[in-house]
Amino acid sequence: MTSPAGRLPWGPMARMAGRRTLFAAPVLLVVTFGVFAIAALSPFDPVKAYAGTAGLTASQADLDQLRANLGADQPLVARWWDWLTSALTGDLGTSAVMRQPVADVIGERLGWSALLAASAFAVAVLLGTALGVLAARRQGGLLDRAVSSLAYTLEAAPAFWLGLLAIWFFSVHLGVLPSGGLTDAGSDVVTPGQVASHLVLPALVLGVSQLPWFFLYVRQGVADALAEDPVRGARARGLAERGVLVGHALRSGMLPMLTLVGSRVPELITGALLVETVFSWPGIAAATVQAATSVDFPLLAALTVLATAAVLAGNLLSDLLYGLADPRVGFDG
Amino acid sequence: MAEPVTGRVPGTTGTTAEGGPVKAAEGGPVETVEAGPVWKPAGTVRSSTRTLRVRVSAAIVLLIALAVLLVPPLAQLDQQAVDLSAKLLPPSWAHPFGTDDVGRDLLLRCVYGLRVSLLVGLVAALVATVLGTAVGAAAGALGGWTDRLVMRAVDTLSSIPHLLLGIFIVAMFRPGVWPVVVSVAVTHWLSTARIVRAEVLSLRGRPYVDAAISGGASRWRVAVRHLVPGVLPQAGLAAVLMVPHAMWHESALSFLGLGLPAHQASLGNLVQSARGSLLAGDWWPTLFPGLLLIIPTLAIAGLAGAWRDRLNPRRRSELSL
Repeated sequence: MTSPAGRLPWGPMARMAGRRTLFAAPVLLVVTFGVFAIAALSPFDPVKAYAGTAGLTASQADLDQLRANLGADQPLVARWWDWLTSALTGDLGTSAVMRQPVADVIGERLGWSALLAASAFAVAVLLGTALGVLAARRQGGLLDRAVSSLAYTLEAAPAFWLGLLAIWFFSVHLGVLPSGGLTDAGSDVVTPGQVASHLVLPALVLGVSQLPWFFLYVRQGVADALAEDPVRGARARGLAERGVLVGHALRSGMLPMLTLVGSRVPELITGALLVETVFSWPGIAAATVQAATSVDFPLLAALTVLATAAVLAGNLLSDLLYGLADPRVGFDG
Repeated sequence: MAEPVTGRVPGTTGTTAEGGPVKAAEGGPVETVEAGPVWKPAGTVRSSTRTLRVRVSAAIVLLIALAVLLVPPLAQLDQQAVDLSAKLLPPSWAHPFGTDDVGRDLLLRCVYGLRVSLLVGLVAALVATVLGTAVGAAAGALGGWTDRLVMRAVDTLSSIPHLLLGIFIVAMFRPGVWPVVVSVAVTHWLSTARIVRAEVLSLRGRPYVDAAISGGASRWRVAVRHLVPGVLPQAGLAAVLMVPHAMWHESALSFLGLGLPAHQASLGNLVQSARGSLLAGDWWPTLFPGLLLIIPTLAIAGLAGAWRDRLNPRRRSELSL
């Protein structure tokens, strides 16, 4: 797990992180340019989007003036460069649909998305591990087959559909949990208790939609570990089954899953886009969908780039953990 | 290790009976997981259950194909027929899936929705497969800087979450059916390109390719006559697995209100339009369209798993979803 001295290999890890950040910069550059290029190819017109209904009655001269003010008459590369240079100073433009600067939208909503994502990951890791160990104990047994079939079904089920069914069951039918938002209707004050009760369903649904991957990894990891020498040794020493499972098989069986958590960021973002929308959760994924529905280009572009950066960071985290867990892999990637 | 992991692909993540869960057909860190010693518990998957699973999957796929092909021309029923006296009826013998909020029969609506979803999924998967095969074959056959450049582009594109890229494209080119098809195709060809490139690289070293080259065949002839036919089975398998995934994407876009227009209602549109009745406590308009997305996905995965076992008998998959 660690270098011979028992300390983490900070040097190689830092070098890998630095190298990968250097590689990430061109990727992000290309993605920002691609976003502008797609917009330039599309029928989307920033002037019409900015002017809204007023644009229908405005004179051509006014529209041309607006076009020049917005910089929309500039060539693609110039517009991209303008956006990029002001983005580096923290100015990401103004969101039309939220009526505030894009940076403020992200700042206000990022925390809520992070809270939801962390809770969902916790649900997926805990449930996935518990079910994975139980299924691996007797691979091919009744429990294993039942849970595995359920996992494949969940993997095929759209997250928005799971969310709606959860709303029907828990909010409409049983009436025990709120169906969406952050606070109760009519209440403006955000209290921890209200947030907690409003978090339960979205976190559960997002977690369950991520569950199959975690479950399958733990199940396979534990099943493999059960056949290895340390487990055989533990059994030979007469350890109780629980000790063998939790102390030996789970410890090595969970490793691949934990190291690869970072690579799940794309799936998490996909799930969050749907789950936040279904539950009106005030996060950045729901804002992305709103930006797309009302063709709010500055917000949509910034959030697309942000998501790409998150994916790259997740991959880096995954590779760092993997190098730590398996010294043979190292930090050369 | 540096390869970014692609987005959620229900079609390709699976468990093999021997190895760990693998992303069946693409690179990424997953495949570097050590498989560990082979552990065969008693009765892992008997061949009889495997055969049964394939038969059930085939029957479901056949039933779905017959339903979407034959019901619309033969049934002489209007899926839009509004009957306000029969609105929101729960499932019964007359209406097995119940009726929606204006009294339309949901079974009929679902069959039409599945037809639209399936058509979009098939066209998108076809476009993505042709694109991915062409790009992957070119990268693998030409090698050198073309290969590096193309694979860099594929890596860059896969670091944008697929649904988000799809949402972006659809938002810019809305409304219509084609933006949806294009956005799904553009986000799905990447894994095919990776598979085809890897396959071409492995075929390039085969003796019959060497023989063709030393026999004086041109690059083009080697590529078209020897490499492309060799990769077709793998590309075909990827295409089949892509159809449910493309349907999933289309439904997600339609559900978010960014997909197909309401008069071309897909399964995603049906779920979206059922939200009002759901909050009033009526579950059936939401439940059935979603089930009709899951069942074909599982059935196609079951069939594709059997196909993969034939292509690659050493890596038998349990249920290759």
